[in-house]
Amino acid sequence: MLKYTVRRSFWIIIVLLAVAFITFSLMHLVPGGPWDREKTLPPQVVENLNIKYGLDKSFFEQFGNFLWGVLQGDLGLSYTYQDRDVTDIILQGLPKTAILGITAFLLAIIIGIPLGMAAALRQNSIIDYFSVFFSTLFASIPGFVLGIFLIILFSVTLHLLPTGGWGSPKQLIMPAFALGALPAAYIARITRASILEVSRQDYIRTARAKGLRERVVMFRHILRNALIPVLTIAGPELAFLIAGSFIIETLFSIPGIGRLFVQGVFQRDYGLIMGAILFYAFAVAIVNLIVDLLYAVVDPRIRYD
Amino acid sequence: MSMAEDVVQTEAVRPHHTLWGDAFIRLRRNRLAVVGGVLVLLVALAAIFVPIFSPYGFAQQNLDAIREGPSWSHLFGTDELGRDVFTRLFAGARTSLMVGIFVQVIVIVIGLPIGAIAAYAGGRTDNLIMRFVDVMYAFPDILLIILIRAILGGSIYMIFLAIGLVAWVNVARLVRGQILSLKERDFATAARAMGAPGRYIVWRHLLPNSLGPIIVLITFGIPRAIFAEAALSYIGIGIKPPTPSWGTMIRDGYDLIFSAPHLVLFPAIALGILMLAFTFLGDGLRDALDPRLRR
Repeated sequence: MLKYTVRRSFWIIIVLLAVAFITFSLMHLVPGGPWDREKTLPPQVVENLNIKYGLDKSFFEQFGNFLWGVLQGDLGLSYTYQDRDVTDIILQGLPKTAILGITAFLLAIIIGIPLGMAAALRQNSIIDYFSVFFSTLFASIPGFVLGIFLIILFSVTLHLLPTGGWGSPKQLIMPAFALGALPAAYIARITRASILEVSRQDYIRTARAKGLRERVVMFRHILRNALIPVLTIAGPELAFLIAGSFIIETLFSIPGIGRLFVQGVFQRDYGLIMGAILFYAFAVAIVNLIVDLLYAVVDPRIRYD
Repeated sequence: MSMAEDVVQTEAVRPHHTLWGDAFIRLRRNRLAVVGGVLVLLVALAAIFVPIFSPYGFAQQNLDAIREGPSWSHLFGTDELGRDVFTRLFAGARTSLMVGIFVQVIVIVIGLPIGAIAAYAGGRTDNLIMRFVDVMYAFPDILLIILIRAILGGSIYMIFLAIGLVAWVNVARLVRGQILSLKERDFATAARAMGAPGRYIVWRHLLPNSLGPIIVLITFGIPRAIFAEAALSYIGIGIKPPTPSWGTMIRDGYDLIFSAPHLVLFPAIALGILMLAFTFLGDGLRDALDPRLRR
């Protein structure tokens, strides 16, 4: 297990280096400099800015300096907010993105697993059709579209919730639902299919035959085994959730990392873009690693060495 | 059991059915897939004909009739410049369908040869290509699309290219996996034994046999590309006006959501319906083309 973790971590570092290098190269290909504003800056100012940001150095020197900084937890300077560094800005956005993502993920589990369970236990009943219908619907409609429907219903028509912003739990409800609906749908689908599959196994018949109470069979025998595939799907979904939050953040005006990234693109803030992409790639890689390690905890049949 | 074997078996019983014919019959029996297919067809027809026969041009302004709600003269109302939302919606459908289709063309042109080369060359070439694909997967895809879009500029073709340059990895990975598993099969061994060159085997035997899963992936890729464009346009770096795009319509209408919610509602519904339709169709195709996966 330890060997596996070390090997995976090593690979994550290599992938992140490649991601950094590709992003760095792409940013240098973007036409127009970071100082192109509506009014042209005097050449002396541009020169000084270039020196401050190390843009007068060669490409590889710049990349090397950037990596050296990253090793020390310094993602470089923002090009727009010239007195702040990217690490600061990302750390400021991180709690919002994280709270939104985790709330959405918890919602997805709280809705998805019981919905899938109910559907599987009463197969071909009204509950089942309802569950399948909703999981199909929410698996195909993007959270962005769902978010718009929610805003029109709860903010515009019913005046119950604010259209966006950050700070109160009320402002979290709609974005968390919009972001969590898709994983909830996937989780419900997989839970249903998985429970139906496990219920047909011989050891479940054995458990019932030896006179165990239905509740024990359900929770100890069926659910424990059925939830492994759910974990398989939930992990990548969580990663997807982190990366997908930027448009939900934009829609609901949540000052998280995703929205910062969008602003960075508009302002040609290469420092911020670089930092945000690296952060997302890092978060996704770590989440996937943790999920893979969790499999071994949940399912003793999985061994990594 | 491979699809080729399926054909042999079904032919023994029902001599006139081909693999594709069987798949089509299975597809028609799937109610959701039929609904999806019909919806896609309707949207496509409307996208072609509504802008042609509409009494209004999609960019035609009428400052005497701004922000009107739905009425008989403007079925879906008018926007802040007095443009007919109904006409704009289906002109936007053109954009969306074009994005969906052209991106998939790019994805095939890039992904298919790369996947095939990786699988057939094997060894170091395969390793190198697949490691690169792994790195591409590590990128948050919409953010990478945004960055590439910044390099390529904002013309509609460059937006196709930006999305395609990120989305090809799925096809490459699928094609590689398919070819790797198919090239060990007896029919591939037989072709090799008869002296067929590698390229011939890939083109005539391995790729045609992987066509089913590729078609399914492409069908699912269409709504993803459509959404990517809508997202880009929504945050303001996608399709440039005056070309209508649902993402742009949502963005422009959002400021007026309290006074004229229809400006946001209609494009959002259209986007939702089109994505739903393609997903239904994709689900149906997957079940129809790969009967082994049916539950």
